[in-house]
Amino acid sequence: MRRDIFQAIADPTRRAIIVLIAVQAMTPNAIAEHFDITRQSISKHLRILSECDLLAHKQEGREIFYELKIDKMNEIDNWLAQFREIMKKRFQQLDQVLYTIKNKKK
Amino acid sequence: MNLLFDFTVDKATKTIHITREFAADLDLVWDAFTKAEILDEWTAPKPWRVRTKEMDFREGGRWLYAMITPEKTHWSLAEFIEIKPKSSFSSRNTFSDENGNYIIDGFSLTKNSFKAGTETTTVHIEKQFDQLSTLEMMVAGGYKEGMAAGLSNLDEYLRSMVKI
Repeated sequence: MRRDIFQAIADPTRRAIIVLIAVQAMTPNAIAEHFDITRQSISKHLRILSECDLLAHKQEGREIFYELKIDKMNEIDNWLAQFREIMKKRFQQLDQVLYTIKNKKK
Repeated sequence: MNLLFDFTVDKATKTIHITREFAADLDLVWDAFTKAEILDEWTAPKPWRVRTKEMDFREGGRWLYAMITPEKTHWSLAEFIEIKPKSSFSSRNTFSDENGNYIIDGFSLTKNSFKAGTETTTVHIEKQFDQLSTLEMMVAGGYKEGMAAGLSNLDEYLRSMVKI
């Protein structure tokens, strides 16, 4: 299942998990220690993050460590930066149009 | 004149806030955002063009327009939700076919608010996307060719998205 990356950041607990694992790879237990919620709901959030393709898994002995795929987070920023440039350019065109209309009226 | 341009993003609510000042009075800026003949002049990045097919600016009405590029024509639809003359209007925006039938599920909700200053008019735009793929489409679908230089890596990017 492919989920939208916005679903990952729509929830405050998942945003907190993202911040935690952006700094270092962590086991689910270590992540759960930071929250007052059940291990089960931490697992649910990790599953959603995983379906958003935001998690890299590393097996060390019997433990699984989760790490953030920073590149995937940058995806949003790339699209937003492009959108910002489009809007900037459109408004510069509008400046010209307004200028032309104002001069015609004079 | 140095005109304010502010662009901020609230990722948690998928909302983009844009504030832009224009060197014209409120009446003219309002017309520029709501009248087809002026919208056609500025909403496409040059040299590409926008041509309005239908404009019915009233609550429940719609603006159906074509973004014309050398390769392709993309149809877009804005359906007006609420209009407060010379103050604000909101719309639901998506891609459509030439008759205004939706071609994607995704959409964005836009609210444009207008405020008259002494010599300028400030427009605040609040744009909320339902999902990332809609933002991708708004960037890639309508404007890609016009932004060629800045988007040279887009094809590769889209390909990598498709694989996921």
